[in-house]
Order: sequence, then structure tokens, then C-alpha cells
Amino acid sequence: MILVGTIRRILSQLRHDPRTIALIVVVPTLLITLIYFMYEGRPGAFDRIALSMLGVFPFTVMFLITSIAMLRERTSGTLERLFTTPVGKLDLLFGYGVAFGLAAAVQAGVAAAVAYTLLGLTTAGSAGLVVLISVSNAVLGVALGLLCSAFARTEFQAVQFMPVVVAPQLLLCGLFVRRDEMAGWLQAISNVLPMSYSVEALTEVGAHADATATMWRDLIVVLGAVVVALVLGAATLRRRTV
Amino acid sequence: MLDGFACAVLRGSVTGLLGPSGSGKTTLMRAIVGVQVVAAGTVTVLGHPAGSPRLRHKVGYVTQAPSVYADLTVRENARYFAGLYRLGASAADRAIETVGLTGHAGQLVANLSGGQRSRASLACAIVGRPEVLVLDEPTVGQDPLLRDELWAHFRRLAAEGATVLVSSHVMDEAGRCDRLLLVREGVLIADDTPAAVRAAAGTDDLDQAFLRLIRGRVAA
Repeated sequence: MILVGTIRRILSQLRHDPRTIALIVVVPTLLITLIYFMYEGRPGAFDRIALSMLGVFPFTVMFLITSIAMLRERTSGTLERLFTTPVGKLDLLFGYGVAFGLAAAVQAGVAAAVAYTLLGLTTAGSAGLVVLISVSNAVLGVALGLLCSAFARTEFQAVQFMPVVVAPQLLLCGLFVRRDEMAGWLQAISNVLPMSYSVEALTEVGAHADATATMWRDLIVVLGAVVVALVLGAATLRRRTV
Repeated sequence: MLDGFACAVLRGSVTGLLGPSGSGKTTLMRAIVGVQVVAAGTVTVLGHPAGSPRLRHKVGYVTQAPSVYADLTVRENARYFAGLYRLGASAADRAIETVGLTGHAGQLVANLSGGQRSRASLACAIVGRPEVLVLDEPTVGQDPLLRDELWAHFRRLAAEGATVLVSSHVMDEAGRCDRLLLVREGVLIADDTPAAVRAAAGTDDLDQAFLRLIRGRVAA
């Protein structure tokens, strides 16, 4: 009940901010369109990169939005006030997770629809799986955003966390250099970064008609990372502060 | 922050917490609502340790800076907080009416004046009909007429059995309390009725009384 109210409240906040909605929905689609024109005439390269980006962009956007939203909750005093009410930490964390997860589903849905229909993206596997992995990755962005907001005192600082969290994952996820061609220590780092698994899962969907065991394992790793980030996020939410 | 501080706030009364800014009023209030880390000592609210889960349905808190969602309307804010206490839209509308914001219910909090914002914040605290209402400077920046109405409302809540603790740094509000706690630099200087504080200091003016009590302490 409190969770439902919290989800509705967060979505209402979003609804009052049409510009943010537009950015959420349009930006990943525009970027994928950009990739389309960059790789015009090289459909293989476009398929590979656009597919990976369907995982990367939602993650990035949702990470940024969530960390700022949660930081505002912390700095505006509303978080402190909520902690004097019957709200539970999980109501808040799942409230943000579900509300922004829904926004992410719209975002991934639009981006995938445009990529498949207008830009001619082709994958051996189903588009539904692509969207599923894409949304899971967005939810991972939400969960990490909630966690990272605890380490920022200002929105300035929160924004700085984006390159810290996103860039290494993007560089090491196998998009620029295949993971099995990296130096051992880079591979080791890559192996503990969740985005490596979501990009691998998307690649699996691209290459195989049916869902593979590797893809399911990768998806479970990503969802496991979501749970770990949410649990750590809950630990950073303190009812009592100094 | 608060040293050797012992006091009791009675049920069904309006208690004024007075003192200059930085004196520890907010720390005390945060300790009562259970969001302050208390290094030593005990704070008991309605027979339970402050901050215990069963108190969360019974305590309302208004922070000094209005803590409502600026990107929601007054009504959306009030309904969200009503929902936290498992109350519906009518409870939210009543609270909005109490703080005189019915005409602005559909407006975004971001577009309200400072005084209206703090009233929106107040509405979200009273919406759950708390047994203990802790208000940190709720009347700052309010129109005198409205301030009068708000105080009448606090008195009404107390008459209905609620415990109201209001902080202020303006002394003219002190006379409207049943009991006063005067705080300075974390030390409780007086804990008495306004009449008794006046008598002890030998002046009718509470501002002067506070001054004399402080001077008396410094001299002693």
C-alpha cells in the first residue's frame, strides 16, 4: 500500500516534468539513430553496436536520473521527514526501482521499436528478449543510482559519479575490445562489472535464434547485481543521522 | 549539543520551545521524532523510546525548511502523506483546508510563496492526526492573521488530546503556550508556564524575562 503510493508519487513527480520524460524517451533512440548513420552500409557493425547500446543507454540515463532524484530526496529534508512516518526503507527503494523501471521499460521499448522497424536492426533472437535485457540493465542503473546518491552531498558531485560508474563498464564490456582479447587483469575487472554480462546477453540474443543458457546466466548475474546494489543502498539509508 | 537536559512535555498541551537559533531546539526536536543520533541519554515518547516503529503512526514532524515535494501539487503531497497513514483523499483535503491552502491545492509547491510552502509542509504533518506534533518554527513568514489561525489550530489539537511542541525564536508566540522551555546553548534555562516565567523574572515581557533569566545564569 505504502509502496504503491510511493510509486504513484514518484511517477507524478515525473509527470510534472515533461522535459525529463522527453529526454528519457527520446535520447537513447536518437543516439541509436546516430549510430545507424555512422555505420550506414555496414549492417553487421550497426547490429552489433546498436544492440549493445540498447543495454548501455538505458543504464546510463536511469543511473543519472535516479542518483539525482534520490539525492534531492536526501537534501530537501523529505527523506528525513519520511523516516518519521511508517514508510519503510524498502518502500522507498522499491518505489524508485519500480517507478523508474516502468519509465525504463517505455524508454527501452521505444528505442527497440525504432531500431527494429525504422533502422533495420536484425537479431537472430527475439526483440522481446532484447527489451527484457535492456530493462533489466536500466533497473540496474536505478539500483546503482540509489546507492551512489549516498556518496554525494550535492548534485554536482552526483553527476561526477556517472563517468566513474558508467565509463569503465562501457570500456570493458567487450564492445571496443573483445573481452577474451583483453589482458588478464582487464578481463578480471570486466568479469566483476555487471554491464559485461548484459552486453554479452544482448550479443547472445543477436547471434542465436533461441535463448541460450549463457544469456539466462548473464541475465541472472545482472539481476543479482540489482539485488546487491539495493541491499547496499538500504544500508546507506539511515533513519537516524547526526 | 544538549547537555544535562531533562524535561517532560505533557500530553494535551502546547509547549513552546524557545531560544536563539543554534541553541539546540532542532536537535531536541529531531531526537523526539527519532531521526537524531542520540549519543547519550534517553528520549521517551508516549511511553516508547523515541523513533520506535510503533510511534511512526503517532508522531508528526514539520522541519524548519519546508520538506514537501516541490514538483508535486499541494494536493498530491497531502495525498501521498495521507496514504502513508492509510488515509484517503478526504483526510488530505481536510488538512489542506486547515492550513488555508484549499484555493492553491492544485498548484505545484514550487510555485508557492515561502509561507504557503511551509503551510503545505504543515498540512502533510497534521494529515495523519498525530498524537504528538513536533513543529520547528511553523509560523515563520506567515501573515499575522494566518499565524493567529494556526495557533488556534494548535490549541484545538491540544484540547483534543494531542501533544504539541512548537519551536520559535519570537517571544510573542510564547504567551500562547501552556508551558515554555527556554533553551540557550544546549542548556535548559527555564521549564515553566509563561506566567511562572514572567513571575520568576519579575517582568511581564517574555523577551525581557528570557534576557533576565540568561543574565541571572551568567552571573550565578
